[in-house]
Amino acid sequence: MRHLLSTRDLDRDDAIAILDVAEDMADVAGREVKKLPALRGKTVVNLFFEDSTRTRISFEAAAKRLSADVINFSATGSSVSKGESLKDTAQTLAAMGADAVVVRHGASGAPRVLADGGWIDAGIVNAGDGTHEHPTQALLDAFTIRRRLHGAASRGKGLDGTTVTIVGDILHSRVARSNVWLLSALGAAVRLVAPPTLLPVGAAEWPVEVHYDLDTALATAPDVVMMLRIQAERMHAAFFPNPREYARRWGLDDARLSRLGSDTIVMHPGPMNRGLEISSGAADSRHSTVREQVANGVAVRMAVLYLLLSGTVED
Amino acid sequence: MRTLIQAAALADGTSTDILIDGGVIVELGTGLNAAGARRVDAAGLIALPGLVDLHTHLREPGFEQSETVLTGSRAAAIGGFTVVHAMANTFPVADTAGVVEQVQSLGDAAGYVTVRPVGAVSAGLLGENLAELGAMASSRAAVRVFSDDGKCVSDALLMRRALEYVKAFDGVIAQHAQEPRLTEGAQMNEGTLSGELGLAGWPAVAEEAIIARDVLLAEHVGSRVHICHLSTAGSVDVVRWAKSRGIAVTAEVTPHHLLLDEQLVHGYDATYKVNPPLRRAEDVQALREGLADGTIDIIATDHAPHPLEAKECEWSAAAFGMVGLESALSVAQAAVVDTGHIAWTDVARVLSQAPASIGRVAGYADGIVAGAPANLTLYDPTEARDFSAAMLRGRSVNTPFVGRTLPGQVIATIHRGNPTVLDGELIDPETVAAHRATADGAHHG
Repeated sequence: MRHLLSTRDLDRDDAIAILDVAEDMADVAGREVKKLPALRGKTVVNLFFEDSTRTRISFEAAAKRLSADVINFSATGSSVSKGESLKDTAQTLAAMGADAVVVRHGASGAPRVLADGGWIDAGIVNAGDGTHEHPTQALLDAFTIRRRLHGAASRGKGLDGTTVTIVGDILHSRVARSNVWLLSALGAAVRLVAPPTLLPVGAAEWPVEVHYDLDTALATAPDVVMMLRIQAERMHAAFFPNPREYARRWGLDDARLSRLGSDTIVMHPGPMNRGLEISSGAADSRHSTVREQVANGVAVRMAVLYLLLSGTVED
Repeated sequence: MRTLIQAAALADGTSTDILIDGGVIVELGTGLNAAGARRVDAAGLIALPGLVDLHTHLREPGFEQSETVLTGSRAAAIGGFTVVHAMANTFPVADTAGVVEQVQSLGDAAGYVTVRPVGAVSAGLLGENLAELGAMASSRAAVRVFSDDGKCVSDALLMRRALEYVKAFDGVIAQHAQEPRLTEGAQMNEGTLSGELGLAGWPAVAEEAIIARDVLLAEHVGSRVHICHLSTAGSVDVVRWAKSRGIAVTAEVTPHHLLLDEQLVHGYDATYKVNPPLRRAEDVQALREGLADGTIDIIATDHAPHPLEAKECEWSAAAFGMVGLESALSVAQAAVVDTGHIAWTDVARVLSQAPASIGRVAGYADGIVAGAPANLTLYDPTEARDFSAAMLRGRSVNTPFVGRTLPGQVIATIHRGNPTVLDGELIDPETVAAHRATADGAHHG
C-alpha cells in the first residue's frame, strides 16, 4: 500500500487484509510488552493542520508500538493564514527524511495533493481531510463491528448481511463518507438518516438507502446504529431550527435506545454531544462501542502504518 | 507597409488574396499583385476576422505578478485576438475615468491588440453604490461594457439602476451571475461528485436564478444585459426563453466550459478550479447546442492568470481561474467546430462580429471586406498539437489544457494592418510598438 487517502480506493480484499493485520496488532495490545520492532528506524510524522488530540495520540501510540520514531508537527490553521504553503511544509518534511506522513487537514483533498504534488516521497495517510474522508476511522469502525459480530473468528470475514444505519450530519461528515464506501465494499447494507438539509445533493446515488425519519429506520432493526456529531457551527446556518428539535427528531435518546434489538451496536466516532445526537443513557449503555472504538483505533492504525512502510496489500 | 495575403480561405470557404494598405483591407480577389508588398502565403489557412474577447483579465494595475497589459496583449495576439476587453477587478479597481484611461494607454503603448477597458458597475466592486459610469463612458477609454465580474451585482435595486443608467451612453451591464448566499464557500459544481469529494457545492440554481432575475429586470426597464460565462443547461434554457420574449439579452460561454467537465476535479488538481465551476457533461452538451442555435451569442475566454503558488496548493486555498487567450481558438475548434455544432462562419460571428457588437467596437461589423480595418487572423486548422505551457505567451501558466492534443494553430495575426504574429510566433515588442506609433501618426497626422 503506497498511501491511504480514501476508502473509496479499497476493494473488499484490500479492506479485509487491513482488518486482518489489525487483528494481529490487537493481539499485541494484550501482551505484557506491547511493542513490535517492525518499524524501527522509520520516521512517522503526524502533520496536523487541525487540532485533534484523540486522532493524533492514536496514531502516535500506533507508530510507537511499532517502534517508529514519531514527530508531531502541529500546523494549526490553514496554510494560507499560517503563511507557509502545503508545498513548503511537505518539502521540509521530505528533507527531514519522513517515511510516512499522517495528515489531518481542514481542506478536502489536501492529502491527495500532498501525495500527488511530487514534493515528498513518503507514504501519506489521510487522518481526516475537510468534509471528504477519514479512512482510518471507517476501518476502526468496521473492525469494531466485525469483532462484535464474529469475535475471535473475525479473520477473513466481511460484513455481509449486516445493516448499518448512519445518523446525522452526513453533508459535513468525513466519517460518514469513508464508512459508506468501506462498509458497502465489505458487504454491509448502509442506510443514511438525516434531515434533508444535512444530506449531500446526490447522496441517493451512493450505494445507500436514504431516510429522513429515524424511527422508521430504527423499526427495521439495524445491526449497527452510528451516530454522528453535530458541530456547533451547523446550529446557526439554517440546517435545522434549533438543537432541541434536532435532538427530538434525530437524536438517539433513551426511548429510542429501549426499542433497539438486544444485539444492536451503538457507535459514535467521538467527541460526543451528550443530550444532542446521543443521550448519556445510549452512550454508556452496553450497546455502545465508543470505548472499544478508541482501543481498536490504535490497532487499525498500527496495521495501516505497518502495511504502508513494510509493504504488502498490493497497490 | 502594404501586405498581400495570398490564397487564404475565408470562413465561408472561398479562396482569396487580401491586400492591406495603411491599416485597411483595400482589395480582395484572386491573383492580386502588389509590387513591393510583404507577401504572406496563406495557402491552406483560414482567414478569420480579428478575434474580439469580451472577457479578459489583464490584472494590471495591481496584480502584475500574474499578468500585465503587455504580457496579456501578447497572449491575446498569439491566440489570434485583435481586441480584448480588460475586466475591472484590478487594484485599484477600474471604477474611475483615471484607471480605465491608464489601462487603455498601457494597451496602446503595447500595441499588440486594442485594449478596451471594462468599467466596474459598483464603486470598488463592493455592490453598494454605482461607480462613475458616465465619467468612464466619456473618458478617452470610451467605456461601453460595465461589469463587477468576479462578483455578482446581487442587489436587485443596484442592478436595476445600473441597467437603466447606462442607456444614457449605449452601455451594457455584463453580469457575473452568482447568487452570493447560495454559493458561500463554494468550491465546485454541486452534484454527486461534490458530495463525494467533500467540496462545498456551487449549485446551478445560483447562476440561473440571477439570470432569470436580470433578464426580467432588463425587460422591465428596456435595457440590454449581457450574461458572462454561462455554465449550465438551465442557464441556456433561461436565456433561450428570454430571447423568445424579445428581451435584449446576450450571453457568452468560455472555451473551457465548452470542452471540460467536472470529472476533472477528481484528483483535487486546482488547475481545474474555475468560477463558474466546470459542470456536468450534460451541461457541456447544452452549452454547445446553445451556441449552435444562437442562444449563446459569443465565446469569451475569461482569461484569468494566476501565479504558480495560487494553484500549487490544497483545492480550497487555490485561486479560481484559467488562462485562455492562447488556446481559445483551438479549444473552440475542438469543442464546437470539429464536433459539427458550428461552422467557421459561425466562429467568425461568435469570436469577432458579435462580441465587437456587444462591446460597441467599430470596424468588425462586416468581417473581412474591402474598406474594413485590417484586423485578421490566419489559422491553420489542420495541425494537431500537444498543448504545453511552452505555447503560452502570457505571464501565467495556469492552463487546464496542458497534456491535451488540440487542433489548429494561429499562424498570423494582423492588428490594424500590422502583423503581431507571423509564422506562428509573436513579432517582437519594439517592432509592434513602432508600428503602433506609425499607425497613430498616419491616422492623426
